[in-house]
Amino acid sequence: MSVLAPPEPALTPVYSYPDALPHVPTHYCPGCTHGIAHRLIAEVIDEMAAKERTIGVASVGCSVFAYRYFGVDFAQAAHGRAPAMATGVKRVRPEALVFTYQGDGDLASIGAAEILHAAVRGEQITVFFVNNAIYGMTGGQMAPTTLLGQTTTSSPAGRDRATMGTVLRMSELLAQVDGAAYVVRRSLHDVVQIKRAKKAIRRAFEVQEQGLGFTMVELLSSCPTNWGMTPEAALGYIRDEMVPAFPLGDFKVPETRAEAGA
Amino acid sequence: MTFDLIIAGFGGQGVLFAGQLLAHAALDAGLETTWYPSYGPEMRGGTANCTVVISDAPIGSPITERPQAAIVMNLPSLVRYEPLVRPGGVLVVNTSLIDRAVERVDIDAIAIPADDVAAELGNPKLTNMVLLGALLARTSALTTAQVGATLERVLPARHHHLLGANHAALARGAELATEAAARNATPTA
Amino acid sequence: MARELLKGNVAFAEAAIRAGCEAYFGYPITPQTEALEHMAVRMPELGRTFVQAESEVAAINMVYGAAAAGVRTMTSSSSPGVSLMMEGLSYMAGSEVPAVVVDVMRGGPGLGNIAPAQSDYTQMVKGGGHGDYRQIVLAPASVQELIDHTVLAFDLADRYRIVSVVLADGSLGQMMEGAELPAMRPPRAADASPAWALSGAKERDTNLISSIHLDPDEEERFNHHLQAKYAAIEAAEIRHEEHLLDDASIAVVAFGTAARLVKTAIAGERAAGVAVGLFRPITLWPFPTDALRDLSERVEAILVVEMNMGQMLEDVQRVVAERCPVGFFGRTGGVMPMPEEIAARIRALATQLGAAVSDAPEEVRT
Repeated sequence: MSVLAPPEPALTPVYSYPDALPHVPTHYCPGCTHGIAHRLIAEVIDEMAAKERTIGVASVGCSVFAYRYFGVDFAQAAHGRAPAMATGVKRVRPEALVFTYQGDGDLASIGAAEILHAAVRGEQITVFFVNNAIYGMTGGQMAPTTLLGQTTTSSPAGRDRATMGTVLRMSELLAQVDGAAYVVRRSLHDVVQIKRAKKAIRRAFEVQEQGLGFTMVELLSSCPTNWGMTPEAALGYIRDEMVPAFPLGDFKVPETRAEAGA
Repeated sequence: MTFDLIIAGFGGQGVLFAGQLLAHAALDAGLETTWYPSYGPEMRGGTANCTVVISDAPIGSPITERPQAAIVMNLPSLVRYEPLVRPGGVLVVNTSLIDRAVERVDIDAIAIPADDVAAELGNPKLTNMVLLGALLARTSALTTAQVGATLERVLPARHHHLLGANHAALARGAELATEAAARNATPTA
Repeated sequence: MARELLKGNVAFAEAAIRAGCEAYFGYPITPQTEALEHMAVRMPELGRTFVQAESEVAAINMVYGAAAAGVRTMTSSSSPGVSLMMEGLSYMAGSEVPAVVVDVMRGGPGLGNIAPAQSDYTQMVKGGGHGDYRQIVLAPASVQELIDHTVLAFDLADRYRIVSVVLADGSLGQMMEGAELPAMRPPRAADASPAWALSGAKERDTNLISSIHLDPDEEERFNHHLQAKYAAIEAAEIRHEEHLLDDASIAVVAFGTAARLVKTAIAGERAAGVAVGLFRPITLWPFPTDALRDLSERVEAILVVEMNMGQMLEDVQRVVAERCPVGFFGRTGGVMPMPEEIAARIRALATQLGAAVSDAPEEVRT
């Protein structure tokens, strides 16, 4: 028996789970920003009343279980192949809102060909690219997005330009492709940035529905576990280290409705 | 009855089409047929060949080591196929491009200056039809009339103005082959 | 439909269309490219999906996506391209989506060449990708069968939620032969997609197409489910042909193009009085185990002929065990065994059996 039963009529709910995000505990580490990204996408699906026509494609990496957390039809692709699988889905279900959810190892490394050519073909899909500069699921190895000098389990002395190259900026790369309609980079390190990220997610889905071409929202994210930081310090690392290497901004927007600012 | 034939020459000489036409005609005549091409890099300017099998029974192998007949449109093809034609078989030789004589005496070698004949008929692309006409005259698989009728069916409408010339090429080839065979039958000095 | 002269690659592509294939994804590779080119013309004409993918890796994953969305879909390729598809095929087996793959085999290993071969037998029949999985593998021996098997492949794929493979070779793809195409079947209506397919979770629970079972016990249960399905296919879908075997003392076992080359050899040997016939597996998986075992009790010797160095041979040996000697003749690397050389092997075997039936002939491996 609750002694603190809320006086219900007096309270207005201001915060609850989105419909498109069933109340399932996630497997993500404490402080990980995947949860924020999931929630933003689910909120936008709700706002667009798109839950019944959305099909997601999960990738391989920490977001391998994304399908568990979204209340929409889902497929689980092979490592890096989500854009190809999403192409297959969207081409035969053009009425569906189709998105992939991929990390930086999946998208920028093993799936570099698939993401590039999905953009080249101007596939009417939306890609959520969660960039935390590291392989999370396998335990913190170097990714193409790992910062120069960043220590990982496969670059224990720090990423060395001479033998390991430097960061691959996928948004800038894909923005060069004619088939890409909307390519932006946002961050999840503070409330202002999170709100901007949500607007971008909404815009990407709208551009997809307008049939204007390939859309991608890159989201700079944290990995406190593999970065060896507290969640708070990890957010600071995004702001202080990642943002300078991966500048936020709009790299490609539809000509008809260019958005001002990030 | 099973008849097999190899047609060989340079890419662009109409080797593959001549074989296809024969296969189409066989099918039109209610017979079983296979057409098997050399394919790949050879198609692009090198040598090309195809094997056509015609039979009144289901066909097993679409390829043959020892064909009953061959049409050779250039020297490399003569060198390759002359030894392979079965004894008593037919070898049609395009003497416009081949200046070496056929050495074997156990086959029916028919010399046709097909490029010259085609030029006389007004279209150098008719070489393959001249040679096909020659072959048909010396084998019993199909007649020039059957092949001519099939040509009318398979030639795209936009090329139908060429039908007359094609028929003439088949006929002229057949005529020359008959003459050549008569010459072969008459021992010369 | 009347019989027409059709090129193998074009024939199976058109057959797929008529079987209701709604989405084709492929990548150019000789000797199957005419199929891709036919699809490039015909699919848009019919308002269906054609995508030339950036690689075979992408093509098979596009097929995976379209299959997950519940439409009839396919790809075609040739050996090196099919190697690249192994990852996708394993995932599709693991998520039980139906699709059709046509492999127009060529000489290998590696880049090899573009000439006909049968050296993808092991890859396609035994797996190729990771995990315990099976694919239905059909082995056509004529352009007509290439057509019929393509249609059958779609029907079997849908019936069992499995990948069906049509295992052809460069000669079948490139040759022309008289054949009859089936009537055009309408594609599946949009609202008639399978209950498991991804179509948007409207008025139902969400669907998931996935091959992940993180809990080993759950994965094992799923594997048992797959094995039960495979057993049902083995019980119902085995196909083979017996040709002139009633009185045969020698049986040649061959599939696909090799089998038709054998038929020519057999015709000659029969005429010479040799009691030889052909046993032709049409489904390579499921393999015609029982029929072959029965055969091995009736004949004095078996000769396996393949356009590889003895891949199906291993299955024949497994089935025949020690019941009769099993010999092998294969040409590989894109070389086709000529009927004359097959005939010579049959003749040698007949001579040896006639001389001393109780002794395993020198050239016969047991």
